[in-house]
Amino acid sequence: MTVALDILMTASLWEAVLRIATPLIFGVLGALICERAGVLNLGIEGIMTLGAMVGWLTVYWGGDLWLGMAVAVLVGMMMGWLHAMLTVPLGLSQHVSGLGITLLASALAYYLYRLWVEVGDLPPTIVPFQPLAVPGLSSIPFLGEAVFTQMPPTYVALILVVLVAWFLNRTPAGLALRMTGENPHAVEAQGLNPHRIRIWAVMVGSGLMALGGAFLTTAAFNSFFPTMVQGRGWICIALVVFASWRPGKALIGALLFALFDAFQLRLQTVVEGVPYQLFLMAPYVLSIVALVLVARRARVPEALMQPYRRGER
Amino acid sequence: MIAGAVGPVLELEGISKRFGALLANDGVTLSLKKGEVLALLGENGAGKTTLMNILFGHYAADAGAVRVMGRALPPGRPQAAIAAGVGMVHQHFTLAGNLTVLENIVIGSESLWKVGMNRDGAIRKIEDLSRQFGLPVDPMARVGDLSVGERQRVEILKALYREARILILDEPTAVLARPEAEQLFRILKGMAKGGLSILFISHKLHEVMGASDRVVVLRQGRVVAERVTAETNPAELAELMVGRAVARPKRQAHAAGAPVVVAKGLRVSRGGGMALDGVDFEVRAGEILGIVGVSGNGQAMLGRVLSGLARPEGGSLTFDGRDIARMTPRQAVRMGIGRVPEDRHAEGVVGDLAVWENAVLERLRDYARLGFVRRRAAMDYAEALIARFDIRGAGPRTRTRALSGGNMQKLILGRNLAAGPRFLLANQPTRGLDEGAIAAVHQELLQARAEGAAILLISEDLDEAVGLADRLQAIVKGKLSAPIAAEAADARKLGLMMAGVWGTADAH
Ligand SMILES: Nc1ncnc2c1ncn2[C@@H]1O[C@H](COP(=O)(O)OP(=O)(O)OP(=O)(O)O)[C@@H](O)[C@H]1O
Ligand SMILES: [Mg+2]
Repeated sequence: MTVALDILMTASLWEAVLRIATPLIFGVLGALICERAGVLNLGIEGIMTLGAMVGWLTVYWGGDLWLGMAVAVLVGMMMGWLHAMLTVPLGLSQHVSGLGITLLASALAYYLYRLWVEVGDLPPTIVPFQPLAVPGLSSIPFLGEAVFTQMPPTYVALILVVLVAWFLNRTPAGLALRMTGENPHAVEAQGLNPHRIRIWAVMVGSGLMALGGAFLTTAAFNSFFPTMVQGRGWICIALVVFASWRPGKALIGALLFALFDAFQLRLQTVVEGVPYQLFLMAPYVLSIVALVLVARRARVPEALMQPYRRGER
Repeated sequence: MIAGAVGPVLELEGISKRFGALLANDGVTLSLKKGEVLALLGENGAGKTTLMNILFGHYAADAGAVRVMGRALPPGRPQAAIAAGVGMVHQHFTLAGNLTVLENIVIGSESLWKVGMNRDGAIRKIEDLSRQFGLPVDPMARVGDLSVGERQRVEILKALYREARILILDEPTAVLARPEAEQLFRILKGMAKGGLSILFISHKLHEVMGASDRVVVLRQGRVVAERVTAETNPAELAELMVGRAVARPKRQAHAAGAPVVVAKGLRVSRGGGMALDGVDFEVRAGEILGIVGVSGNGQAMLGRVLSGLARPEGGSLTFDGRDIARMTPRQAVRMGIGRVPEDRHAEGVVGDLAVWENAVLERLRDYARLGFVRRRAAMDYAEALIARFDIRGAGPRTRTRALSGGNMQKLILGRNLAAGPRFLLANQPTRGLDEGAIAAVHQELLQARAEGAAILLISEDLDEAVGLADRLQAIVKGKLSAPIAAEAADARKLGLMMAGVWGTADAH
């Protein structure tokens, strides 16, 4: 017990929690935007992988780190466009299309990587983002180290949570997006185009997913390998449910998962005699438990996964 | 008034629309004058909603033009219709239950590129409109928590908020109780006096007679008649609509048999209160028991209990002496309890399945061998239902969603009655149906009664309840009044009963 407390009391644990949470925050916000508009986007796992690759590659080819992020967003939006075209105007199964996008994007990422990058014994590396101490705030004891000495994209992720919440709840476009996920017929009856809204939502959401992927290769690590997303996309899909489709709760969910993860990593090193796989498993098991506890009360967007076809009753 | 404002504010000219082989609108021409209230009348499936959807831009017509204030609207663009001052209240609510009244009303009224919303201004405008037109709602309430009457108000406020000058209402009173409907028409008339032009659709002839200035009758997609309301009468309108004289069948005196379904002290709680609070009734063979009342007083829960979808927490419920308080819907079907659910789209049929599939869905076992469906037998059965119950516009393979409301209801009734049930629960069986279809449904119910079925009729339509039922009980806040004989029921007595005024002594 004291071991656990000791671990919880270290600022470096909390610093790691935010770092681990960052790609999840991007991913879960992206998935949330898609779903609030009524489209499930299971392309997330692949989109994150592809985002990780192109973000890294841009930097590897001499681009700025932020340019890498921007390229990832753009490529993510292209994948989102594809998913949107299949599921919105054509109204195909969102599950099938999403899984297809994941397969396509993951394969494309690895293919392009092998095509364009000379790989020796060790994968080539770039110079990643460096932690940025927020002037003033970073000198606060404990908090300064835990929260205000992060990679720049982490700050972006945190600001985005507020921005997305504000967008959804306080702007006409956000209202239109939510309404599209609840009742696209109502949207059309008010003179808006539900298809166009869904397409944009899926594109923007996919852009954010790709950003989450790019964080992995430009901040958390410094090289790309094809399996690096490691199910984070699927975690995000679960986190959206956990969060009842709310950005604030999504942040909490992402942090909670990251906490389990950071905690088990440290626990592994202190506790002996327990197979480490058990620790690896812990965050997932705990997430499922949390999901079961919370998700029963979740208020699902009513038109989630329901294609909207004009002029049909 | 502007000089020269005598021309019509709205004109439809030669509108035609085809769905596959079906000609839903066939060269429809009509016009609406400023300040006029026009009623559009027609059987289920006559093409009324299709016409309104074309006018509003949900569908593009195959031929014809829509003109507002003399200017043609581009086809297929609701945005253009709204901008031209057309507001529409759809047949099925187009509201998002998870969002607030405010959000449902303001969506689409501001540019999507705008940063931030003028919430306070919007709330003020809604409150002003509420006051001006007598449509009270709380802008911050969640729409899912509102009653149907309140939702209807939100729908109208939506149109008014966008400054509609022409208001289209597609069966606005289908789900409203009589007093709510009467209030709605009072409001609409006031609006027309204020210069709005109103076009409404209704199957209820007394509403058409009471509220409209002019009536246009549609039959099979064509305008067949146009009358000034003051110069016509309900019987003529019914005949014009259906193409032949229609009269609701009369109940014949008929001795009731032994009690079939008996409820004693049924109690079900919901939320904080009681949905059913000590309900007693008895339905006898060859008898129709009518439960009347304003919707939302426990009718829905009563229906759920009798179909095995909800379990009472107290009291007893028996069917032929057997306890059925804890039955499942499956057992209900097995025992021969027929059910006509309140919401036929949600609980009555599976819209995406074919008619034949819906026909046998409840009795798949009878139409299966070794786990395979005997399609031939099922199809034959569906054909027989279609013929016997006069289900029009459908073959066994038609997608059920494509049926008009009346024909869908005949399918559900037919499926239940064909097996000769001992007990039938008919929950709002004629909601949204046209006069011809109502007569047909009533005929079937009376026929089943004559054959000895015990029928529990839940209805908001007093004429229907008094016309069909042998005995009547009112439901108020989950409590049932003592039964009275239909012969003893006059409007005053029923009104009092539905207001909850009945001697406590005779409530048991
Ligand atoms: N989107 C559609 N696709 C195919 N057929 C349709 C469609 N919409 C309507 N129909 C058919 O067109 C006909 C007219 O339908 P419509 O809904 O306009 O009737 P209505 O007069 O409004 O009837 P009700 O009184 O039941 O509302 C019906 O036979 C219906 O099945
Ligand atoms: Mg209609």
